[in-house]
Amino acid sequence: MSEDKKGMEAQELDDARREFLKHMGIAAGAVALASAPDAEAAVFQEWFQTHYELMSEQEKQEAIARLETRYSEEFGKKTTVSNAPALPGVLFGYALNIQKCIGCRTCVHACVEENNQSRYDPEIQWIKVLKMEKGNFSFSPDKLDKGYPESERLGDYGLQVGGNAYNSVGVSSETERYYEPETVPEDDSFYMPVQCHQCEKPPCVKVCPVRATFRDPSGVVVIDYNWCIGCRMCQLACPYEARRFNWGEPNLPKEEMNPKTHYYGNRPRMKGVMEKCTFCLQRTREGRNPACMEACPVGARKFGNLLDPQSEIRLILATKKVFRYKEEFNTYPKFFYFMD
Amino acid sequence: MNKLTAFIVDFWSYALKGSPKYYAWLGFLSLFMLVGVYTTYRQLTEGMILTGATDEITWELYISNFIFTAHIAAAAILVVIPAFMYQHKGMKDLAVLGEIIALGFVSTGILFVVYHVGRPDRLWHMIPGLGYFNFPNSMLDFDVIVLNVYLIINLVAAYFLLYRRYVDRPVHGFFYRYLIWLAVLWGPLIHIITSAVLASNARMYSWASAVLPFAFLSMAGASGPAIIIIVFLIIRKYTKLQIDNTVIDLLSQIILWSLLVLSLVFAAEFFTVLYPSTHHAASLKFNMFGHNGLDMYVPWFWLIMAAIFGSFAALLFPKIRKSYDLYLPIICVIVFLAVLIEKPVILVFPAFSPSPLGEYTQYYPTFIEYANVLAVWAFGFMTLTVTLKGAVGILTGEVKYIEKAADTVEDAVPAK
Repeated sequence: MSEDKKGMEAQELDDARREFLKHMGIAAGAVALASAPDAEAAVFQEWFQTHYELMSEQEKQEAIARLETRYSEEFGKKTTVSNAPALPGVLFGYALNIQKCIGCRTCVHACVEENNQSRYDPEIQWIKVLKMEKGNFSFSPDKLDKGYPESERLGDYGLQVGGNAYNSVGVSSETERYYEPETVPEDDSFYMPVQCHQCEKPPCVKVCPVRATFRDPSGVVVIDYNWCIGCRMCQLACPYEARRFNWGEPNLPKEEMNPKTHYYGNRPRMKGVMEKCTFCLQRTREGRNPACMEACPVGARKFGNLLDPQSEIRLILATKKVFRYKEEFNTYPKFFYFMD
Repeated sequence: MNKLTAFIVDFWSYALKGSPKYYAWLGFLSLFMLVGVYTTYRQLTEGMILTGATDEITWELYISNFIFTAHIAAAAILVVIPAFMYQHKGMKDLAVLGEIIALGFVSTGILFVVYHVGRPDRLWHMIPGLGYFNFPNSMLDFDVIVLNVYLIINLVAAYFLLYRRYVDRPVHGFFYRYLIWLAVLWGPLIHIITSAVLASNARMYSWASAVLPFAFLSMAGASGPAIIIIVFLIIRKYTKLQIDNTVIDLLSQIILWSLLVLSLVFAAEFFTVLYPSTHHAASLKFNMFGHNGLDMYVPWFWLIMAAIFGSFAALLFPKIRKSYDLYLPIICVIVFLAVLIEKPVILVFPAFSPSPLGEYTQYYPTFIEYANVLAVWAFGFMTLTVTLKGAVGILTGEVKYIEKAADTVEDAVPAK
């Protein structure tokens, strides 16, 4: 009884809000339509829209139509904004073979082209490829009797700290991501690409003050770009540095724009909102593979349904040496690294 | 004319009248606000790209200053607590000044948060009912609630007391007492929640520390009374309001012991982090000694540590605490500036190095950012000055409700 009542109250409140916003939207739309072209009116009406997940079916259709009109006009080509739902019975997972990766960054650029990121000032990239040196062999025999503390009574060979300790003995674990060699792979290096790990327990989702970012039913963490307020709490929470902020208006040239988009995926963003890898939602919800995976020239990237026992990703998890990056953060990523 | 209108008219007409020095101060502040109008317009139209923030260091000077204003706002309770708990007579009248200082700084802080947000036009998404509030998951939501409630409590408490004094009615009634108690409880809360916004990020090793709330509270206890002493000394010098020496003494004692607690908190944190010297120590080591030649924050670190420990040592001497015209204000300014500058150069910026993927970055604020910060500060000091001026008028009895006076005010206002 009391729960019923509560439900009704929530419903009434919701209706009232919807009514209020609709009136404001109509008024604003009327003003804008009278004077401005379609695209500007759309931006104005977009301002009044609610969280996409909270919209009614009709509101969703209107929002999609509005975006399609605006993008088609802005970029001068017919643009589609899909709102295809998550596939049922699917949990997406990704595995990356760090033994095969040659650090060519083909995936980085394929991602930028597919997902309509800003191209210059600055170019926004969702994948970072870390270069690590294969080992530092600067052991010094001169330092064998050196170290800290130096004491005559106990010998001078460093009881607490040996003399080679601060010399990056073996693998240094120092990484670099601005490398520009003539050819890859470099003999003395190996590579480790990092992108959104689509955590099952994503810290970024927990901290969002307005739930603009959330985990979809197939396990992908998505963002409603029209609901994000740009507070950047999610960027601060992410231990993988996966999130990118549109500090200014993104620069996406008309001819380079990919007109096949998804509401939660690669539709062009606006300034002041967060964006990140979605496992190419616009492709994967239609049964296709992510752009980075298709682009990889050495086949280091594998993608699939973790719930399907026959899938390649399940085979990898069952037979290869698999590890997860930064497991100590307890985020349960669905992005795995493996070696043959 | 009714009493409320008379109060508003009298209060503001007294607050806005003053000596040439007073106008010069207000003019000086409006200069920064005028520049701020232009730079704010630039930031609103072109985006956060005009600030120095990047994907590596995503918090700018705005949020650093916000944390500091939260310190000062919370410290207002330090004027209120002695007044009501220990029945300190001199403090009782001054409690309202503490409320006004809290009011000024909490509104400044909220403004800083608005500058920090990339889409301030979408802040309505946070209004419960209209938008969606990710409660109780998001610490930022708690902070928004706590700050706004504190703003309202102080707004009501301060103007309620001033109005009662104005119409010459008793002020220490049931309603007021409980409102004050609520404010006293709420002051530390804005601090604890703000520290939770920082400490909830597991990847920020120098923030995800259990001592952070205590560091914040002790810094509030030091920097808040520091500015309150300065304000009181100015009021005592330039207005007819009498402020007892014992009030100043009590406040300088509070600074002293807060600095001691702060020193202990720093020592505990540094020890816990530096003894095992794991990756948790990387940010602190970067702050203390730099990394591969990046050493922008090194001198600041040592300077601020010296200022904090030095001020503590200095305040141990009663001679310095009693030097109301020279040493005490100097120490107060040092404490205030040390805690203010500590925010960007120790708490916020070095915490982002190394980044989770191991990058070390230094932060370079831009002109637009500085101008906006100064504009917000100028706005804060402007409201603070004007409100304090009006409050002093009421406390000294210069502004009072008289039937006749109300008539003359009405005459002075041209009829529409």
